Formats: sequence, C-alpha cells, structure tokens
Amino acid sequence: MKLFDSLRFRFAALFQRSQMNAEMEDELRSHLQHRADDLERSGLRRAEAERRARIEFGGYQRVKEECHEAAGGNFIEILIYDLRFSFRVLRKSPGFTAVAILTLALAIGANAVVFGVLNALILRPLNVPDAQSLWGIERGPFEAVNQSYPDYLDLRDRNRSFEDLAAYNVASAGLDTGGNPSSAWILEATGNYFDMLKIRPFLGRFFHSSDEHGPNSAPYIVLTYAYWHSHFQDDRGVVGRTVQLNKHLFTILGVAPPEFRGTLLFVFPDFWVPLVNQEQVEGLNVLNERGNRGLLMTLGHLKAGVTPAQAVADLNSVGAYLEKTYPKDDGQMTFSLTRPGLTGDWLGRPLLAFLSGLMLLAGLILLAACANLGSLFAARAADRSREVALRLALGASRLRVLRQLFTEAVLISLVGGAIGLWGSIGLLRALSVWQPLPTAPLQVPIHPDANVYLVAVLLSLASGFLFGAVPVRQVLRTDPYQVVKSGSTSMVGQRISVRDILLVVQIAICAVLVTSSLVAVRGLVRSMHSSFGFEPQNAMLVETALSTGGYSGEQVPAMQKRMIDALQAIPGVESVGLVDRLPLYYGANGFDVFTDQTTDLRPANATANAWTYNISPEYFDAAHTSLLAGRKLSWHDDKNSPQVAVVNREFAAKILGSVSDGVGKYYKRRDGTRVQVVGIVEDGKYASLAEDPSPAMFLPVLQQPPGNEMAVVVRSNRDPQQLAEVITSTVRNLDAGLPFELHSWNQELGSALFPSRVATMALGVLGMMGAVLSITGIFGMAAYSISKRLRELGIRIALGAQHSELLQAALGRAFKLLAVGSVVGLILGILASRVLSSIVYQATPRDPLVLGGVVVAMALLGLLATWIPAQRALSVDPLILLREE
Amino acid sequence: MTDQAQILPGNLDLLILRAVSLGPLHGYGVLLRIGQISGNALLIEQGALYPGLFRLVRQGLLKATWGTSENNRRAKFYELTAAGRRRLQEETDNWNRLVTAIGSALAAQPEEV
Repeated sequence: MKLFDSLRFRFAALFQRSQMNAEMEDELRSHLQHRADDLERSGLRRAEAERRARIEFGGYQRVKEECHEAAGGNFIEILIYDLRFSFRVLRKSPGFTAVAILTLALAIGANAVVFGVLNALILRPLNVPDAQSLWGIERGPFEAVNQSYPDYLDLRDRNRSFEDLAAYNVASAGLDTGGNPSSAWILEATGNYFDMLKIRPFLGRFFHSSDEHGPNSAPYIVLTYAYWHSHFQDDRGVVGRTVQLNKHLFTILGVAPPEFRGTLLFVFPDFWVPLVNQEQVEGLNVLNERGNRGLLMTLGHLKAGVTPAQAVADLNSVGAYLEKTYPKDDGQMTFSLTRPGLTGDWLGRPLLAFLSGLMLLAGLILLAACANLGSLFAARAADRSREVALRLALGASRLRVLRQLFTEAVLISLVGGAIGLWGSIGLLRALSVWQPLPTAPLQVPIHPDANVYLVAVLLSLASGFLFGAVPVRQVLRTDPYQVVKSGSTSMVGQRISVRDILLVVQIAICAVLVTSSLVAVRGLVRSMHSSFGFEPQNAMLVETALSTGGYSGEQVPAMQKRMIDALQAIPGVESVGLVDRLPLYYGANGFDVFTDQTTDLRPANATANAWTYNISPEYFDAAHTSLLAGRKLSWHDDKNSPQVAVVNREFAAKILGSVSDGVGKYYKRRDGTRVQVVGIVEDGKYASLAEDPSPAMFLPVLQQPPGNEMAVVVRSNRDPQQLAEVITSTVRNLDAGLPFELHSWNQELGSALFPSRVATMALGVLGMMGAVLSITGIFGMAAYSISKRLRELGIRIALGAQHSELLQAALGRAFKLLAVGSVVGLILGILASRVLSSIVYQATPRDPLVLGGVVVAMALLGLLATWIPAQRALSVDPLILLREE
Repeated sequence: MTDQAQILPGNLDLLILRAVSLGPLHGYGVLLRIGQISGNALLIEQGALYPGLFRLVRQGLLKATWGTSENNRRAKFYELTAAGRRRLQEETDNWNRLVTAIGSALAAQPEEV
C-alpha cells in the first residue's frame, strides 16, 4: 500500500508539475522580494537591493531542483530525462549497443527457455483441482510406481489417509470408427478416476465406479478434447456412438475438458477406458494376479489435515498386512509419496537434477554475459571519464551521475531481456508441439506462463544492476579537477583491475560450459558405438499388438508363426525373429529369479531380477546377438517339452555361478519351476544405455503365455524403402485389419538415445553460447587495451620492436588471463560433469580427448578473439601516431 | 559573522519546526525567526531553507497556505500540523538528552573518573 501511495504521489506530482513549478517560482520570488525589502530599508537602492538578494540566495536553479526533489516530484521526471539521455548516448554507439543487447538477449533467452521447461515439468502441478493435495504412491526401496491390481484394491480399501485412490495404466489399442483402423494411445483407468480427480466432463458423462461389474463389463470410452477435435471434428453427436476397439464394441460416453490431458505430464492419451476391460484392450487380463505388477500407477487426494508422513505410515501398515497375508507375492511393501505426473521419482528425480543442472549453467551464462557487459561498461566509463568529470564540475551530484549510468544499463538489460523473452517464447511454443518420438504420444506441454515472464523481467533487472554496478567505484573516485586538466584517467600501475577479474571469471565459466558439452558429446558418440547386444543396422521392425486385430488365446502363437514365415519368404531377407518387447524400449519386464538351491521362494530371497524377453528361435540371428556357449532355442521348445532358457553372460555369472560351464544348469522361477539354461549369449543394454551389465533371460515364446505386444525383427541388406513396401503388403495380405507400425531399428533406438541426445543438444547450445560470450569478452578486452596503448605500441615499433615482442606487449595480458580462466574452468567443469554421468552414457571428464579438446577449444577461442586486435597492433604506423599529438 | 556556527545537517528541520511552532510564518520569516531566536548565532543559507520546507510539507509535518505578508506581498505561510507538533516535541526531547549527555561527558574531570 505504501509503495502504491508513494507511486501515486509521484505521478500526481508529475502531472501537477506545471502548477507546482509556478507556485515554487512564486514562493522563491516572494522570498527574494522580502529580502530586497529589508535591504532597501537598510539604505540600498531598489535595483541594488534586488541584485544583492539574488546573490545572497545562491544557485536559484539548483534550489528549485532540490525543492522538486524534496517535494517528491522529481523521480519520474529524472527517469524520463535519463532515459532520453541514455537513448541519445546509446544511439551514438550502435555497435556497442547492439552487442550488449544481443548478448543479454541470448543469455536471458536461454534462462527463460530452461526455466520454462523446469516450470512446466517440475514446478507446475497437474492441471486438476486441488493439485496440492494430490499424491502418487511409490513402493519399495527402488521407488517403483507400479502396483498390481489386487494390491491396489487393498491399498484403496484399507488406507485411512486418502479421500479415494485411483489407478491408471498406459496402453495402446486399435480403434475402428468405421473404415480405417488406427492405433491409439489409451489410459486405462479405474472407475473412480474422474470422480477422484473432481473433473467435470466437457460433453456427455465420464465412467464411474458404479459402471464396473467385473471383467469387460464397462465397454466405455471417454475421449480427450484434442482427439475429439482431430478425429471426430468436434461432432457433438459423438456421445452414445459405438466404435470398435480391438474389434470389441465400445460406447463413447463423453469428452474430457480441453485443459485435462491425463495424469501423466508428457504422455497425451487419445482416450480413457475402464481398467476392468483390460482383457479387451490389451488382450490379457492380469487383474487377478497379485504378483503381476504391470504399470498400474496409483494416485489420490490426501484427506484434509492428513500430512504426507502420516499417510506413509498408514500405507506402510497396509503394506505390512499385505506382506504377512501374501508372502509369496508381496515383499518389501513399504511406501512413499511422490508428485504425480512424472511416473514417480525414478524419472522425476533425474529430470529435476538435469534441469537444475541446466538452470545452473544457464545462470552461469547470464553471469558470464554480465561479466562481459560489466567490463564493457567499465571500459566505456573510463572513456567517458571526461564527460563524467565535466558533469561533476558543473555541479551534478555523483549520485545523479550514477543514476544516469544505471538507467543506461537497465535500459539495455530490459531491451535485451524483452528480445530474449520473445525468442524464448517462440522456442518454447515450438517445443510444446514437438513430438520427439514418432512411435509414442510423448509431448512436453510447455506453455510459458506469468512465472516465466516474471523470471525474465527480474533477471533482466538484476543483470542490469549487476553490470551497471561495475563502473560505480570508477565514477565515485573520479576527480573532476584532475580529469579536466590532464585528459584521461589512465589507471596505470593498478596490478589487477576489476576488468581483469571479470574476464577471468567469464573465461572460467565458458571453459566449464565447453568442458561439459564436450563430455556430453563424447558420451553420446561412445554410446552410439557401444555394444547393445544387438545390431540395429540393416534391421526393420514390424511392431504390433495382436489384440488390436482381435487375436486372443491360441490364435496368437499361430498368427505369430504365420507372420514370421511370411516375412521370411520375402526375397533378400536373411532372418526374421520375434521378441515380445524390444530391449531399450520403454521399459522391459523384469522377473525375480532364484538359484536352483533356493527353497524359500519369497521375493526377498531372489538372487536377481532379470530382464525377460520372450523370443522366437531365430531372434538371435535376426538381432545379430552372438551366442557364447550352448545352443539357440528351437521351435521344439514348446509347451510339451521341459522349460528352457538362454541367458546372458551376466546372468550366468550371477545366478549359475560361472559362464564357462553354465550350460545345462538350472535356475528357479518364482512359482518354483526349474528352468534349464541351454545357451549363453553376450551381454547387452536392456533398460538404458547408462546401465551397468545386468542379467537377462530369453525364453521360448511357445513356452510362455501368449503375449500381446510384439516386434518382428527383419534383417536384410535390401534397400530399406523397397523392403518397407514389400513388408507392408505382406502383413496386409495376412490380415488387412491389423494395425502395425514399421520402422528401422535405428529409428526405434531414438527413444533410448533420446535423453542423452537432448542433454547433448542442450549442453552443446549452452557451450556454444558460452564460447561466443567469451570471444566477445576477450575481443572487447584486447581491442580496448590496444586502442589505449596505440601510442606506446607506436613508440615500440619506432624503437625497432619485433612482431613477436609487439604481440607480447599488446596481448600478453589477455593470454595470461585466458590461461588462468581456462584452468579454473576446466577444473570446475570436471567437477560439474560428475552430474552428467547419470544421464549421458559413459560421460567421464577424465578422458584425454575431452581434456585436450577443451585446451584446444579455449586456445582457438583466444586466437579468434584476439586476431583482429592483434592485426591492428601490428599495423600501427608510428609516424602517424606520433604526429597526432 | 565569523561567530556563526554551521548547523548540523538534519538540525535544520528541527529549527524550522520550532520557528513555525511560535506562529505561522512565510519562508523568509522562518529565516528571520531562526536568526532572532538563536541570537543570530546560526548560519543558514537562504537557498537551503526551501528544500527543507518542502520536505516537511511532504512528510505532513507542516501545512502551507497562501496569504499576504506584513510587507503587503503575496507569500506562502507555513504552520505546524498535529503530527508536526508531536515530532517537534520528540525531537526537542532527543536533542536535550543528547546535549545533556555530551555536556556532562565534556565536563567530566579527571578525579571523577
């Protein structure tokens, strides 16, 4: 309120200025006349008395100025005056102004972009009512977000902390609205999902708990607004229509409001279906299997007054009950709460770490930019010392001079910030419609909001004041008498100036950025060439879910075999193999395995949790996974023969005890089945590129319950384009109604490489910006110092200095600073890139190539930045120079 | 003239308040009144007076009205507001405490320590 009042007062003062001015004139004139009256009475003539009164009074204008200030009317007036003056000054040096504004625009833009992403993904909660009390549940020490359906029901009914608990799962299915079947992304949700979230439908109605009456009892669809818009053309008559989902009839109940796009921040589903219809959607029903933890994510609102800690204690007591009641299925049932929307902390935490790291780097960029501008401003202030001295001599207060300089700095920073923000909004808009992966409904919903604008404005103001403050000391120390007398203030003799320190800081920051981006790029290159355990070149993938074509039960293996045979028959195809879920795809299935000697098969006694792949016998040929020992699987490993498996080297070492004579040994599954290992293959990458070697097992597809999702690997040297056409027609010939997707394996790997690609890209851009900033910084410093010392250099040349000596004199200092800054930055960069190693595969800063790269890069930057100033120093003509003064 | 003391910055406000408390005054009158009540011992620059007056008006301690002076000229007259009266009281007490304290400190004799 106080601030508002003061502003109102100031504005009022501004608008009443002319009236106030007249009054002030009147009052001061009245004073002079009273004084003159007195003087006249003491015997002076009137004219002489008035003259004397004016002399006694002192600086009339200054007093008026001070009165204005005292009356509070001057703030905005001075501001306008300063702004006008700043515009004039800046227009006179367009080069300086452009560089300064551009530098800031880049730096503030980078910050706004990173903050925009951070804001959208981490800071802003899900777009639902009462998002603050909405929590997701994680289980066990590894913070798994997935629960089994029976466990979910127990949690829902036995807890006393949540208003209600809902659960949902991501799936895909084939939707046929009459004509062209297409694959769609679905959230399977429990009946209470919408009611728990307290959302109202945009159109029609949602499904409720009361709609659920056992498996496949609720064939209903609720569309997202976007899907309704794009696939049903905003047709309001869509409510009540029946469509085919995997050849089953479903009724469209309603449309969700536009602002609600599901409870996962970056997955945009097409519609919701009730979870009880899982069998129709996914082709299999695991709702009764307590030990089968798919990807059922739970979330709910805490009751009013219940703290998260109380809720965790409550959930843990339910967990203890579950462990006791179902020792075979439920182990380690401890729980924690997490923010919903990011599939829990296993994704949320590294994302937060990465984004915070980026934010830090962006902050460093801004700091570097400020250091850069600070030294530019200091140099300018030194050049303008004459102007400043004159103004001081003419009676301006130092405060007033500083105020004008600050106005100039803030003006630049605000203009730069505005441009940066404008650019970053464009970039963020582009990001939010970008679909990074062609095969998944992934999107990053970034819509810059007031927070982003606010941060940009605050950063601009702060940086304006920061770099504006650099020349303060210089101005405060200016002695107008000395300056006006002798010309310029050369501060020779000062050993280390503020500008030097700023330059070192800036170069160090740049070196940190260059180091981290080189580390990231190196890591990415390595990860491209590391051993995946399969060979993505020359392999095409046919991905489908047979349930979307209406296949179930025993039809599944038959169709799988038919497809393999048909693809195998294509000329030029070397081998065709099937796998239920690709390695390095969105998560694989992991199952507990036990050594053969284990008798108590509780989850806690498991030797390992092994990645599990159901494959056809030819998969290893098609994937080019090399067999180390034993045999491959065969079509004879079916339901009627004993259970067998091929395992990887890590599995053999960990569970069988040895790789060399592991073949023929047994291990146990959770249900007690003994499985014989018939072959051992090389290790590969299964969940992420950055993982340590982990155990994996490959099981014959015929010995497993028929799966739903599958990928068929087709290896061939034929031209991919041609091959794709033949494969498409072959699959269409088998079943024209089966939706499927066709990619090369390299394309598919994009998802696995996505995080490190993004990291590398972001770091690369920031590194580049850091490099540009340090070039301008060094350039500015070198150019300035040479322009100051032209005369000295001229004398040196006249006295016969060699080129090398001249350069040494002109640029030695710049290079020394460069070296110091680089070393500091390199050390900091090495420390910083520890953080990177969690995201970027094999990102190690202790890599001679990286270290060498940083040194070379910094040296190149130095050369580049000092090239023009050096040329100028060498081309000094002593005659002209010495004649000038 | 040389006997006049430079007043401390900040004390001018107190003097103005005191001068005006004895009756409404215009600016030049304030100057004369201060001279009169201080026995002409204080040097106040004429120009320095006005920013002080404007500041006090802005702080709500003085209010100003236009009127006619004893010389039959238009002039702006200042008088104390209620807040101004309170402030004068506070400042006077403060000053007295300060003077007493410094006075006794300066008067202290070696044997008293």
